[in-house]
Amino acid sequence: MSTLLSVRNLKTQFYSAGRTIYALDEVSFDIEEGTIFGLVGETGCGKSVTALSILRLIPYPPGKIVGGEIRFRGKDLINLPEDEVRSIRGKEISMIFQEPMTSLNPVFRIGDQMIEVIMLHQRLGKRQALEKAVEMLERVHMPEARKVMKQFPHQLSGGMRQRAMIAMELSCRPFLLIADEPTTALDVTIQAQILRLIREMEREFRTSILLITHDLGVIAEMCDRVAVMYAGSIVEEASVENIFEDPKHPYTKGLWGAIPRIEEEKENLAVIPGIVPDLSQPPEGCKFHPRCPFRFDPCDRIVPPLLQASSGHLVACFLYGGGKTND
Amino acid sequence: MEEVRQMIEPLVEVKGLRKYFPMPKGWLKENVYVRAVDGVDFSIHRGETLGLVGESGCGKTTVGRLILKLIEPTDGEILFEGKNLALLDKKGIHPLRRAFQIIFQDPFASLNPRMTVGEIVGRPMAIHRLVDPSQRDERVAQLLESVGLQREHLYRYPHEFSGGQRQRIGIARALATQPKLIVADEPTSALDVSVQAQILNLMRQLQKVFGLTYLFISHNIGVIRHISDRVAVMYLGKIVEMGEKRALFQSPRHPYTRALLTAVPSLDPRRKREEVILEGDVPSPIRPPSGCRFHTRCRHVLAQCLEEEPLFHPVEENQWVACHLYE
Repeated sequence: MSTLLSVRNLKTQFYSAGRTIYALDEVSFDIEEGTIFGLVGETGCGKSVTALSILRLIPYPPGKIVGGEIRFRGKDLINLPEDEVRSIRGKEISMIFQEPMTSLNPVFRIGDQMIEVIMLHQRLGKRQALEKAVEMLERVHMPEARKVMKQFPHQLSGGMRQRAMIAMELSCRPFLLIADEPTTALDVTIQAQILRLIREMEREFRTSILLITHDLGVIAEMCDRVAVMYAGSIVEEASVENIFEDPKHPYTKGLWGAIPRIEEEKENLAVIPGIVPDLSQPPEGCKFHPRCPFRFDPCDRIVPPLLQASSGHLVACFLYGGGKTND
Repeated sequence: MEEVRQMIEPLVEVKGLRKYFPMPKGWLKENVYVRAVDGVDFSIHRGETLGLVGESGCGKTTVGRLILKLIEPTDGEILFEGKNLALLDKKGIHPLRRAFQIIFQDPFASLNPRMTVGEIVGRPMAIHRLVDPSQRDERVAQLLESVGLQREHLYRYPHEFSGGQRQRIGIARALATQPKLIVADEPTSALDVSVQAQILNLMRQLQKVFGLTYLFISHNIGVIRHISDRVAVMYLGKIVEMGEKRALFQSPRHPYTRALLTAVPSLDPRRKREEVILEGDVPSPIRPPSGCRFHTRCRHVLAQCLEEEPLFHPVEENQWVACHLYE
């Protein structure tokens, strides 16, 4: 396996009303070929900003990538000229969003939108592009694919729109698919259909996937590796088995305890005291320290680096010292 | 004697409840209705939490609104402490309204941005003339403290609070009239999991302190399992299964309940769920399928399911199901 995408010390900031918002602070991770990498965290932790930074879609102003490196198949995405980025976007790296209605154009038929994308990236004639579009819709198990080609987005249900979106994004056989909360707007039974489809597509097209979600169940079910984000930084990264069976960072532990589970009952859910910090004035040291029950001397002064606590299990927490486990 | 009657009698009894919403007339001039709620029977006992679960468009929110008499039913009866709400006019209902309150999903849309927290929470007291105006602020301050806010918050405005804190304000407002029943319609759906845990714990604690009865409406099965004593599952305007929580989650009977429960992603990455994935979408509530409404997606469909509507009947002491498989 080789590394498809490598993000190093990525820093993205937004400037608003004279304030600097430190949206991403030294984010680093790798996505291996043919794997699903999960990025999980609560609102405002920087998951979506990470995705937009990779695609160079951070609007400037107010936002800007101010540091770091994003390497994708040997190319440095941060310093690539805009026209080269544009040829990667949609072709080598595609993205699906939470609400497909916002990324499908409401006034064009599904077929026309798909044909446009296919013709743009694959140098196919209109007729061939049309056949390709129908084939893709059939591959995502869209019932009556030819009829759907002639329909407008509003005529499809939420689940069917997401299917159309996936068909469109995979039609160019991207190396990396970024899925930002792809099932959050869907009902659970429809979510199960779409998740099954994404897994199937990953196997069939050998596409790597960056899956962004706040839903830990989706993460557990889909991912190979998982990174947990808090206030603009990755606090823990491990294989999906390790992170669910042996969460190490106090934030990860807190988050895990807060979920009402379907398998078991507990009288009270664990609670993380306090609220997420304001990213224009992030706390000194570890950004989780004001809410952390285990904080000690260095936590409010020094930023803990993301270090290996056990094999393949990275944690940014002084409880785990410099590479040694404490538990 | 009166006390004994109160103990046995359910707080709310719903019989044959229907709500059809008229659709704009088509060119054929026939009357078309969305059958949002189409014949629902259940009761809510004092001090319990009845969870109402189902996917979007199943009618669960409409049931909540009907019980609060925010909308009028097309047919059927709602008895609140034995009194038929349908027979009460606006004047007659006013004193009863004190007894039932609502907590909304969106804590941003449900608080008036131009009112202080003191005014928001104090308003129901003023309308029902519950507290002498000179003591109102003191009473509001006590309520704020009981929901985990501070007395100083009395003079602040909603925008100064986080989502979780706003939901606490909404809860304090619901408690202001010392209600017997609280309808909570997706109260945590807009919140992050760690904040959701805080609100769920708070609601449980308040239930014990104030002896509240909850109708808890949600699409989130983990949340429903955590908070409920009994659960009713809705599909396309009907309750398909209802029962004591443990029984319903351990041995779900209705094929829809089973599909719904297995569709929830497990938090154990090693556990591969048995795939009972439902195909297709929910049919339109304008022309629901004949017989059993679930027959178009049911894998156990029998000949009679297409014609005969299954009746709601007990399968266990505390479990009811509407399915021909169990007749």
